[in-house]
Amino acid sequence: MPQQGMSSSGASRAQESDDTFSTPHAPQVSTSGVDDLLEEIDSLLEENAEAFVKSFVQKGGQ
Amino acid sequence: MKRRIFGLETEYGITCSFKGQRRLSPDEVARYLFRSVVSRGGSSNIFLANGGRLYLDVGSHPEYATAECDSMRDLIAQDESGKVIVQELADIAEERLHDEGVEGEIYLFRNNTDSAGNSYGCHENYLVERGSDFIALTDQFIPFLVSRQLFTGAGKVLPQPTGSTFCLSQRADHMWEAVASSTTRSRPIINTRDEPHADADRFRRLHVIVGDSNMSQVTTRLKVGMGHLMLSALESGVSTAHLALENPMKAIREISHDITGRTAVALADGRRISALELQGEYLALVSAWWADSEESDDPEHSWTLELWSRAWTAIDTGDLSPIETELDWVIKYRLLNRYVSAQGHDWDSSRIAQLDLAFHDINPRRGIFPVLERRGLAASLVTPQEINAAVIEPPQTTRARLRGDFVRQASISDRDVTVDWAQMKINDTPQHSVVCDDPFTSVDERVERLINELSATSM
Repeated sequence: MPQQGMSSSGASRAQESDDTFSTPHAPQVSTSGVDDLLEEIDSLLEENAEAFVKSFVQKGGQ
Repeated sequence: MKRRIFGLETEYGITCSFKGQRRLSPDEVARYLFRSVVSRGGSSNIFLANGGRLYLDVGSHPEYATAECDSMRDLIAQDESGKVIVQELADIAEERLHDEGVEGEIYLFRNNTDSAGNSYGCHENYLVERGSDFIALTDQFIPFLVSRQLFTGAGKVLPQPTGSTFCLSQRADHMWEAVASSTTRSRPIINTRDEPHADADRFRRLHVIVGDSNMSQVTTRLKVGMGHLMLSALESGVSTAHLALENPMKAIREISHDITGRTAVALADGRRISALELQGEYLALVSAWWADSEESDDPEHSWTLELWSRAWTAIDTGDLSPIETELDWVIKYRLLNRYVSAQGHDWDSSRIAQLDLAFHDINPRRGIFPVLERRGLAASLVTPQEINAAVIEPPQTTRARLRGDFVRQASISDRDVTVDWAQMKINDTPQHSVVCDDPFTSVDERVERLINELSATSM
């Protein structure tokens, strides 16, 4: 799980400014039964992931 | 509800890479990309037969601006046609590169940030009436724009010293610099440059530059549909002045960094409120106003309110499954979660960072998003046939029809013309120039005469 930021508490606590909950509750998404999806995507990706991402540098736009 | 003209401008990220290594600088790729455009019209800034505009923007970004639209269906078709048009440029350029012995593939990304923190945008244009109180309108529109990312963000893995986080928006973190160097608080979110491209006594352009570029047609439609409804409610006298933010730039980052929508941000009156609560207020106000409206059975706007409401409930309950094929960040979050749980990738891994980027690759043969669409994991609204038609045909209900037909005939007749959003001119014939300053007008005898003049010479 990625961290969800500082205060991922319930709606009832949204008014409290000093929430520091250590266990963020991630929203639920379904992730089952997808092996062939990941295989298909893997086959499309450049092998050198790190270099690919790092070398994507633009000039700023508007 | 009054008709409104809207349009989208999208800047694409570009690179040319071979086995993960960059082969050409953005400037060089852009030059290759636009060589076929320049060879046709002598310029890297052209209007198209579909009424849209294609050009090379600041920072070597290919940019496509849709023609003016007055329906969501036209807007989505025109926006999608932009992807087809720029991808075709990439295909031609890649072939030329290979002919010249340069190995590598050209990538076009419909996103808003690179690995070095540079940002480029997707701008929304909404036409508003000149008579309206523009400052009051934009002041009330801004907190809505700051919090709408909860539904319309494209999602992003944000590297942090303490570990990567998944945040809502590609763009939110890049609005900071702009406000630091600006004395006008609203400038980064709404650009106030007054270019209506129409009768300036009647119209004004509201130019929103804060939004993410969306991959999903559904998310794009929701983004513009929500903006259109919110503006219409404000124009009709609905007040949201009690929701003014104390510091919009601080709030936009805080909201982006919490996908649960719960983080409280400060209002100008000292209260604190979450993005979810803010959007709940806007949704309630707009729904109540719409229910009283005479046209409340208009399916275009009922569609927007249904999805807005469903998305709000999904985030409120924490069960994202009702929106998992429709909202960009949820589609991406779901995919990345699958990689993490099925393949054991860490959120900090380079594979996840690569997926976060490849999600925005528009190449239909290589991009991830087209795979998700084919598998039903990302919903769409318009058919490939409609998109292909929109590559060559303008919207039929706005000024775009006049411009598109003029551009097409000039090309067929091989005549030298000058075209802008409002003007059409045959260059080699004196006094053959027409200014159309009403973007709602799709029929104009003066333009028909110009087009007849063009076609007569091609006989």
